[in-house]
Amino acid sequence: MAFDYEKYLRMDKIPHLWCPGCGIGVVLKAMLRAMENVNWERNDTAFVSGIGCTSRAPGYIDCNTLHTTHGRGLTFATGIKMAQPDKNLVIFSGDGDATAIGGNHFIHACRRNIDMTLIVVNNNIYGMTGGQHSPTTPIGFKASTTIYGNVDPSFDICLLARAAGATYVARSTVNKGRTLEQYIQRGFENKGFSVIEAVSNCHTQFGRKNNMSDPISSRKWIEDREIPLAKARDMKAEDLKNMVITGEFITEKSDLERWENYNRAEKEYTEAYSDIIKKVKKK
Amino acid sequence: MKKNIKFYSGAELVAKAAIDAGCRFFGGYPITPSSEIAEHMAKELPKVGGTFIQMEDEIAAMGSVIGASLAGKKSLTATSGPGFSLKQENLGYAYMAEVPVVICNVMRGGPSTGLPTALAQADIMQAKWGTHGDHPVIALTPAYLEEVYELTIKAFNYSEIYRIPVILLLDELIAHLSTAIELPDKDLLVIKDRRKPTVTPDKYFPYDTAYGDVPPMANFFEGYRYHVTGLSHNKTGFPTTDPDLVQADQERHLRKVNANKGKIIDFESYKMKDADIVVFAYGSTSRAARVAIDNARKLDIKVGMVRLRVIWPLPEAEILKLCSKVKAIIVPEMNMGQLSNVIEKYAADRTKIVRINHVGGVPIHPSNILDVIKEVR
Repeated sequence: MAFDYEKYLRMDKIPHLWCPGCGIGVVLKAMLRAMENVNWERNDTAFVSGIGCTSRAPGYIDCNTLHTTHGRGLTFATGIKMAQPDKNLVIFSGDGDATAIGGNHFIHACRRNIDMTLIVVNNNIYGMTGGQHSPTTPIGFKASTTIYGNVDPSFDICLLARAAGATYVARSTVNKGRTLEQYIQRGFENKGFSVIEAVSNCHTQFGRKNNMSDPISSRKWIEDREIPLAKARDMKAEDLKNMVITGEFITEKSDLERWENYNRAEKEYTEAYSDIIKKVKKK
Repeated sequence: MKKNIKFYSGAELVAKAAIDAGCRFFGGYPITPSSEIAEHMAKELPKVGGTFIQMEDEIAAMGSVIGASLAGKKSLTATSGPGFSLKQENLGYAYMAEVPVVICNVMRGGPSTGLPTALAQADIMQAKWGTHGDHPVIALTPAYLEEVYELTIKAFNYSEIYRIPVILLLDELIAHLSTAIELPDKDLLVIKDRRKPTVTPDKYFPYDTAYGDVPPMANFFEGYRYHVTGLSHNKTGFPTTDPDLVQADQERHLRKVNANKGKIIDFESYKMKDADIVVFAYGSTSRAARVAIDNARKLDIKVGMVRLRVIWPLPEAEILKLCSKVKAIIVPEMNMGQLSNVIEKYAADRTKIVRINHVGGVPIHPSNILDVIKEVR
């Protein structure tokens, strides 16, 4: 049976503002399927975002939705979750929103490990403002502010999240909607801060300046560079340059990188705080 | 009857009043001289089932209180000049999205890092114009510790009544002062809460002006599932660029406070009956002014004081009346003339505006004000 997206969407807001062929729709649909998989009630779920193309996603979802200031979505979400710890929080962000202007909030949300899920749609560019380079634009590529080729090194969003302390971190691409759905679902199920990076295409602002001005060639470019994490482990660093390493970087089940998080608290933040309330609350 | 007299600091009273007003969330960032407010909130909030969080920066602190308020908890943040600068972006968001929050700014010397530990009244204009665009402003300036408690409760009430962020401007001296005061009976406090929608979710619009200039506010997770944005929006909460709607909405925002000025404006007139010289003051400087006025009266100088308990909105009618009644208005301020500039505009040559501007971090002494009173008599 076909999935009923309309159950979760504000259909009066469709058509959306994204360009035809944009990858954000793939991510939104994967997220909605994941939401159904975990049986989240619409009334009990809030979607928060910052500014940019990806940050328009919450507006289309028939839930409690909050479109905030540039890069600050996580801070508003933190307040909501602290106020109502039993509710579900999802934050949509782009690469510029999450790792440039919101970079400080990003690493601290990872460190704090509050039970929320951040979905970063990484299209390597500032789309809405007209194609300026972002912290994930590859070296040598053109943007409206790197017209002679980018010299500005990139962040690896997943490695950043992992080092900062997020407890579920995964990356896939908009070529793999099912995998995204699975990762987002695992993010929802993780009792802690989860980061899912969805590598996406912006043929309009990024592709056009780099000889891949249609969605197919832009997505092909992503597909050609994709290397599964398991395979990447055995590869030489120089062979991984500008590649998209996909997979689960931190899972609650694997103890592969557990030593990195030796400072991790035993309990999720809002649970630990509830314990404090129970302890000191006036009878 | 047993009197409720205890020693409190100003910072402690902000925290106490906030909790008594129903505040159940604090998001903050350490900054001198306001950190004690965060420390008190960290200690007291969990005792009443509230939550405290120290965020990664001032911007995040402001974002967190807006989020918590949307989720149904009255929220407070506290900061000082440089932190208040950082908060301006999200403060503007709270005005635009009409989210009630209270921001306590314990003022210190500026610009920039300035004088972190010293007395100043440097943010009078930042409170009015700090964030971009036009917006209504309510800012309160307590001068006594009893007033810190009273006006903090009022700040929460105004934020809930008008769905706006309200700014509590404390002088460093007021926040750090400790004295024994008697608090009002808790049962007699007037506590206001945001107006809730009375319609079913399918008929609810978050910015529905059918109910007046302050639309009823549903909290998140109460079944209303609406959208909030900092973009110009229509009554549904979704973005619009319709010039007429944007114009009407901005006018409504300003009207929320302008049409209610009479209820919000709050000042004390001290020995004003026969005064032909007036000291126009607020915050800690008004305390020096009071001593100066008492001493001047002993010299048969007819001087009085208008003291602002609410600095924004200004009591324009009272100022205009003064301008045609008195021969001089003395404005002592711990800044370079942020309020006197405004008073001068109202005076328009009808009376003399005499400024006393100290920015060195040392309180204005009563004798400084008395000297000026003697000069203008």
